[in-house]
Amino acid sequence: MKQSRAVNILFVAPCVFAFIMVIIIPFFFGIYFSMTDWNGVSNSVHFVGFKNFKNLFSSPDFLYSFLITVAYSLINIVFVNVVSFILALLVTGKSRLRNFYRAGFFVPYLIGGIVLGYIWQFILNSILVAIGKSLSFEILQTSFLSRPNTVIWTMAAVNTWQYAGYIMLIYVASIQSIPSSLMEAADVDGANYFTRVFRILIPMMANAFTISLFLTLTTSFKQFDMNLTLTNGGPATRFLDSPVKASQLLAMNIFNTATANRMAEAQAKAVVLFVVLVIISLFQVSVNKKKEVEM
Amino acid sequence: MDENKPKAKAFSPKRMGRLLLEIVTILLFLLFMFPFGMVVLNSAKTSREIIFNAIALPSDWGQLFTNISLIFNNPTVDYLGAFLDSALISFFSLIVICLFSSMCAWVLVRNNTTWSKVLFMAFVSAMVIPFQVLMYPLVRWMWVVGEALHVRLLGTIPGIVFAYLGFGSPLSIFVFHGFIKNIPYELEEAATIDGCSRGRTFFEIVFPLLQPIIVTVLILNGIWIWNDYLLPLLVLGSNGIVQTIPIAVTAFAGAYLKQWDLILTSTLIAMLPVIILYLFLQRYIIKGMLEGSIK
Repeated sequence: MKQSRAVNILFVAPCVFAFIMVIIIPFFFGIYFSMTDWNGVSNSVHFVGFKNFKNLFSSPDFLYSFLITVAYSLINIVFVNVVSFILALLVTGKSRLRNFYRAGFFVPYLIGGIVLGYIWQFILNSILVAIGKSLSFEILQTSFLSRPNTVIWTMAAVNTWQYAGYIMLIYVASIQSIPSSLMEAADVDGANYFTRVFRILIPMMANAFTISLFLTLTTSFKQFDMNLTLTNGGPATRFLDSPVKASQLLAMNIFNTATANRMAEAQAKAVVLFVVLVIISLFQVSVNKKKEVEM
Repeated sequence: MDENKPKAKAFSPKRMGRLLLEIVTILLFLLFMFPFGMVVLNSAKTSREIIFNAIALPSDWGQLFTNISLIFNNPTVDYLGAFLDSALISFFSLIVICLFSSMCAWVLVRNNTTWSKVLFMAFVSAMVIPFQVLMYPLVRWMWVVGEALHVRLLGTIPGIVFAYLGFGSPLSIFVFHGFIKNIPYELEEAATIDGCSRGRTFFEIVFPLLQPIIVTVLILNGIWIWNDYLLPLLVLGSNGIVQTIPIAVTAFAGAYLKQWDLILTSTLIAMLPVIILYLFLQRYIIKGMLEGSIK
């Protein structure tokens, strides 16, 4: 028994040690720093209470980033899930090339946000503009990234390109777990394709939808890499009478605040992001619990 | 089979519908592949050619190799070094994450005590914490610990591998935990009766059984670590001795502003290994990603 206890401790130790050093300690430091005047350079750190948080909610720059992140997340949820559901329907159909298509749609997910941001910056700023000029399409001739009112939509579209293939896999697995006899029976009864999809498939896929919706919601809220290399926050626009960056999402706002050596303020913004994510996941847990009761 | 049916059947609404779906799928597939095509096309051009016409075919495909050699022999960004560092960091991180997480998860599953439950809950709930809350305190903390122990944690491969163990273990432990729960305990009991120690039981009986889920853990963490940007940026620095591919790509784009020939070639080189690996391991990667998302 004694030997087994030693083994237990020895086996758990590496992960627990790394976990405490990398996540737990920095987490509590992070909460503490959000209530100080830490600037990352000076060694003297003073406790200031909730002052940083109070300032946040009167700063147009933060409010704008917060609102635009909510908007981006909502657009993203719709784009990603609609596209990936359609892709899932297409690759579970009767096509002989369905496995080939499925593999292809997943490829963008493998490319990191940094790399794909540059690729799409090129596509949007050079390729589309070139196409617009050669076909003399007025709308394409100025880049979608340089217009404050289209940039968020464009980012959601690029994110959809990256993410749809991944969410598609969740929907494909869900579709394949539905007994095919159900769809066939409806077919025999004369229900057309769309009736079958909306009346049988979608209700039976409720579980896959909740997983995917929450997955896209949390990843949208944490979006950073693609934001950095695709737009770097630009173009400039105005909000509540002060200049702001039109596509600076929350994570990038935190990053830029810290780069400007306003560490405590950045930390307070990060804590707000954390609270939002906690609320989302508590909501998710309660939705899942409710479902279990229904089943 | 089809030949025996009357010819008129070829134009039945059902077949037309299927043909239409096939065409839609092909169009979507081409749309998804379009950015990759544009990267390859423009990686084989000179900067002037791209500005002149970004959608034309390159005049000389040999330019692709000229651009690749320009990247690898670049004086400002050590691309080959970044490539090796990225490979080493991914390799060692994956080994420690896989080994230590499976050990930890096994102990947590096989001990039904309050402690094991608390630890497991701590790992699972930590997954909600966004990296933004931890990143600056983490760098500070790693610096403090490094100073106190006279070891270099920041800017070194062991330092970042340790950080990846901390960030990677919660999800990995969670995935292993779910799998080990379903391994019958009788196997281990038999080994113990035969005089096998606890530690040996794990490595000789349990670990080999984990093979399918190890593939999942490797893929989930591998895609994340290879493409990760913020953690390496903070721990290694943007111009430290140790670099990763995403940092090198941003350094390149920063140094050669709007020189798309070089930037695109550098993204092409960054994507290529992942895509080649995907072509060979496609089935495992798709299965692994799916298991990671649903759990």
